[in-house]
Parts: sequence; C-alpha cells; structure tokens
Amino acid sequence: MADVNLRNVTKSFGKVEVIHGISCDIDDGEFIVILGPSGCGKSTLLRMIAGLEKITGGEVAIDGRVVNAIEPAERDVAMVFQNYALYPHMNVFNNMAYGLKIRGMAKEEIKRRVLHAAGILELTEFLERKPRQLSGGQRQRVAMGRCIVREPKVFLFDEPLSNLDAKLRVQMRLEIRKLHENLGITSVYVTHDQVEAMTLGDRLIVMDDGRAVQIGSPLEVYSRPSTRFVAGFIGSPAMNFLKARVSADGRQVAIANDIHLPLPGPAPSDIRSREAILGIRPEHFEVVDAGGVMLDLVVDHVEILGADTLVYGRVGDAAAELTIRLPDVHDFKASAGLSLAVPTGRLHLFDPHDGRRLDV
Amino acid sequence: MVESRPWLTFLTHAILIAGVVVIAFPIYVTFVASTHTLEDITTAFPYLPGDQLIANYTKALTLGPRDVGATVGTMMINSLIMALGITFGKISISLLAAFAIVYFRFRFRMFFFWMIFITLMLPVEVRILPTYEVAADLKLLDSYPGLILPLIASATATFLFRQFFLIVPDELCESVRIDGGGPLRFFWDILLPMSRTSIAALFVILFIYGWNQYLWPLLITSDEGYYTLLIGIKRMLDVGEGQAEWHIIMAATMLAMIPPVLIVICMQKQFVRGMTETEK
Repeated sequence: MADVNLRNVTKSFGKVEVIHGISCDIDDGEFIVILGPSGCGKSTLLRMIAGLEKITGGEVAIDGRVVNAIEPAERDVAMVFQNYALYPHMNVFNNMAYGLKIRGMAKEEIKRRVLHAAGILELTEFLERKPRQLSGGQRQRVAMGRCIVREPKVFLFDEPLSNLDAKLRVQMRLEIRKLHENLGITSVYVTHDQVEAMTLGDRLIVMDDGRAVQIGSPLEVYSRPSTRFVAGFIGSPAMNFLKARVSADGRQVAIANDIHLPLPGPAPSDIRSREAILGIRPEHFEVVDAGGVMLDLVVDHVEILGADTLVYGRVGDAAAELTIRLPDVHDFKASAGLSLAVPTGRLHLFDPHDGRRLDV
Repeated sequence: MVESRPWLTFLTHAILIAGVVVIAFPIYVTFVASTHTLEDITTAFPYLPGDQLIANYTKALTLGPRDVGATVGTMMINSLIMALGITFGKISISLLAAFAIVYFRFRFRMFFFWMIFITLMLPVEVRILPTYEVAADLKLLDSYPGLILPLIASATATFLFRQFFLIVPDELCESVRIDGGGPLRFFWDILLPMSRTSIAALFVILFIYGWNQYLWPLLITSDEGYYTLLIGIKRMLDVGEGQAEWHIIMAATMLAMIPPVLIVICMQKQFVRGMTETEK
C-alpha cells in the first residue's frame, strides 16, 4: 500500500525523447489507467515505474521514497505482463511461489499465501499444472496470482487482457476490478482499450506522443476532453468533428453551411468570432420532429447492431459527414432525411490549430 | 506425401535395405572377427560368430594387446573422461558465453561475438601447432586437462545457445528481476531448465565428437596411461614385422563403438526434441 508520485518524468532512447515530462500523483489504493494509442509511450512509462527502464529525467517516488536508482526487486512492485511471462517449466504453484522463494520466505508461509491466492483466483485445482496446459484466462490468473502472493506496494499491469478473446476479456476485467476492491493495492494499468480504461480506472492518464494530455476521472475525460485528441480517442464510434465558426455574440456556433447551433451560454470574449472545431459525440444526437430542427441529416447507410443503430450521413453540403448512434433498432433508408437535435451542454469546441479545448 | 504404388514401396525398401547392409556389413565382420581365435580369422575368414567372445573381450579389457602397454579397459576410461570432460566443458562454457552475449550490454559485445563466430572456421588441425606449444608450456602434456582443455571452447554450441536465448521472451528476465532475482538466478532457475532439450541434443553431438577425437590425443600423449581408445587401436596395428592381434583389435573396436551407441540410444528422444521443438 503506497502512493506513487511521478515528477516531470522523461525518457530518452539515445537522442530521441519518447516521454516528455509527465507528472502525476497517484494516491494510496487508487486504480490508475494509462491509456493511449500504440507507440505513445504508455508501456515505457509503466516500465519506468517498475524499474525495467532507466529514468532519464525527473523522479519516480513510491511510498515517499525516490526510486530512480533502485532495482526493480527493491521497489516492492509486482507486474503482470502482456504475455504473462510465466515460467514455462514450473507448475502453477512454483510460478506463484518463485518470487517468495527468492526472498527466502519460510515454506509454510509461502504455501499459505499461494493457496490463499489460488483460492481467490479459483486456481486451486490447477496448482500442479504447467502453464502450457492452461487456457489463456487461467494463465492470466496465474500471472495475477504471482503478483498477489507478493503483497506488493504497487501492482503494475501491462495490457494484461489483450491476448484474451472478447468474452473472457469482459470477465477478467470484472475480476481485476473486484480484486482491486478487495485488496485495495495501488494499481497502474496500461491499456489501449478505452472500455477497459473507463470501467477499471479511478482516474485515467490519457497519453499521446509521450505526453499526458489529460489526467482525470473516466467521466471527466469523457464529458470534458481537454484536447481534440482525447475527444477523438475516447468514445466509440469516435466523436464527430465539424469545422465551425463561433458567432460574434458568442451565443451560437455556425457549421459551414449556415446551420446554427446554440451554445449553452455566451462564450468568453477570446473565443468569439473565430474558427473552431465543433465536436459532437455520435450518441448525443436526438431524433426530433421537424419543428425543432437544428440539423438535417441525409442518411448514407445504416448499421444495425441490435442494441444500437449507427447511422452515417451528411449534413447539408457533402463536406460535413456525421456518425450518429441511436438506441434501439431503426431501419432508415439511404438518402432519407433525419431531423436531429443536440443538447447544448453536449457540444465541445476545440482550437483548430493546437486542438486544445475551448471552454464555453 | 503418401502414395500407394506397390513398385514404389518395393523400390524404397530395396534402397533402404541396401543402405543398411552397406553400413552394417563391416560391423558384422568386425564382430565376427572379435569372436574367433587369431588363427581362425587369418586362415579362412569365418562367416558366423565363433566361441571366443568372452575370452577375447576379457583379454582385451584386462590384459590389453601386446606392445601397447595399457589395457583396453584403461583406454576406455581415458576416452570416457576425455569425452565427458569435453562435453560438459563445452556445454557449460558455451552456455555462459551465450548468456553473456545475449543478456549483458558490455563494450565490444558484438565484436566478441563475431570473434567467437569466426573461430568456427578454424578446425583444430589449423591451430594444432600453437595449441601444442601452449599446452606444452603449461605442462599439460600427458594429463587429463591437457586432453580436455584445448578442445573445450565451442563456437557452434555458443552460437546455438545464443539463438535459443534470443527467442526466450524478454519478459521472463524482467519478471525475475521484479521477483527479486539476480542474473545468475535467472540463468540457473529459468534459462537452464528451459534449454535442457537443446543441452541434451548438444550432449549427444559433443560426446561423440569428444569420443572420436584422434589427432589431438595422439599428439599430446606419450605415456600409455593416458592413451585413449582410438589411439590404442592405432597403436595395436603398428606391430612392424609381427602379426597384428586382429581378434583383440576387433574386440577393442567393438568396445569403442559401445559408448556412443549407448548415448545415442538412451538420448534419442531428447535429441530429436532438442533439434525440433523449443518450449516456450
């Protein structure tokens, strides 16, 4: 049990800087998810906390102690690897017990801890098996068991679910969440899957190109994305982005073809009369009667998913393409017209150049 | 490719049987010769094994041939010590060398690797004079270390283990680091058990290599107490004007075949597995 502090952490491989200064204070018992596309440096950041990568600049502190120069073993962290890294020639029991044996723990205590962890993870009947005789989900659990028995200060997860099939992934996600609630050990979890991030994390660190672009609770990241990148990355299907212009009085925003959408309040003076990117999530559109029309959509094609229906279409001129997501089944014909409304609070504005959020 | 054509089956079997006969016939002749008295085989060569099997082999093992001064038993033990020494030495040294090359980042790492690799091109015969000089200066002539040490470095085995270590996932090493183990612990607890099939395969190859060493032991042993079996057999033939003791020589030859054959038979399964599969 410990807090983890990152203070302006940077990492360079040779002359190439891949992490450009990340700071974050992770509280004791918190579940932090580092989310980002491939190659954004999220695994590198995790490995720096683990001690597997040297820290080029800044400080990492675990439980108040700066660990920059401390070996991974001394940091008292446990890590679940993407490919689980189980020792192939050891059975499940020995895989879990190995870290304890190295530390010279008494045999009875090792046995007690391993059996306890195996009980939590429902692995008791597999203790004698070798990893290759286990299914993907069971291997995954062994990898977690290996961490649990250590009773470390911090759990580190490096995309642990990416090798599982979709159904198992959902199940393991729940188990990880339950485990965290029971054990309350500070956890750092790396993923590129936004559903995992939203469901598991107390807070998210959204990374892009070696920078933490937003740190906040999942809901905060979803409802108030700090940049256009975050807005596009979180949410599926991705947010619609339209070129727009904020009116001179700051009360409404015009999409290219003179369609006006009202803003929640008068915008601050610095974002009046200027170009902006308007972002609307597909799920925030509502189909309305022709009377209160704000947007006229011409349907291109429809994907019926059962619970939802995705509608792809254009607004006015061909330039503005939209994806909208409606609950339930709708069978719109191509080139049919739809009248749409968007609650004013669901509109996002971003700077067209640097992509930062413009708060209205 | 499974085809059912009778003449093809016949042909393939005929070729195989012919091959077996060509290889097995000399061994059969050797065996037959080792079971008769010298007079029997030097007058008219018999077709069937005789009744002198136990007598000839006992004589070879305990008394030894004339003029050599060591029994076949002693020479077999010498050969065994040399072969096992070379095998274990080569395996342990190349394992450690490959471990160093793959897992440690030290200056001139690749340079050393290529140096080792280049020595693949130099057979023992090429470097035999300088090696002899070194062995002589170190007073290794007529000793077991002298038989073993100069042959102990193996570029082939180092290369083989390097290739194997390269496909072991890095995460295993990292996992051990997080679990609190140092490099040697990783080597001993993880890498070594994982490479055991490769080690078994190499063991077979290297044992036979060591057992069949001829030129080097011939050069550095002059004391009969250190003769290896293959040298012993050669010496038995150098009888000048006299009559070679063919029945004893053939018995010694048969005995020389036994250890490699045993090794191959016992380790056949591991050998094949080591050559074909890698446990991951």
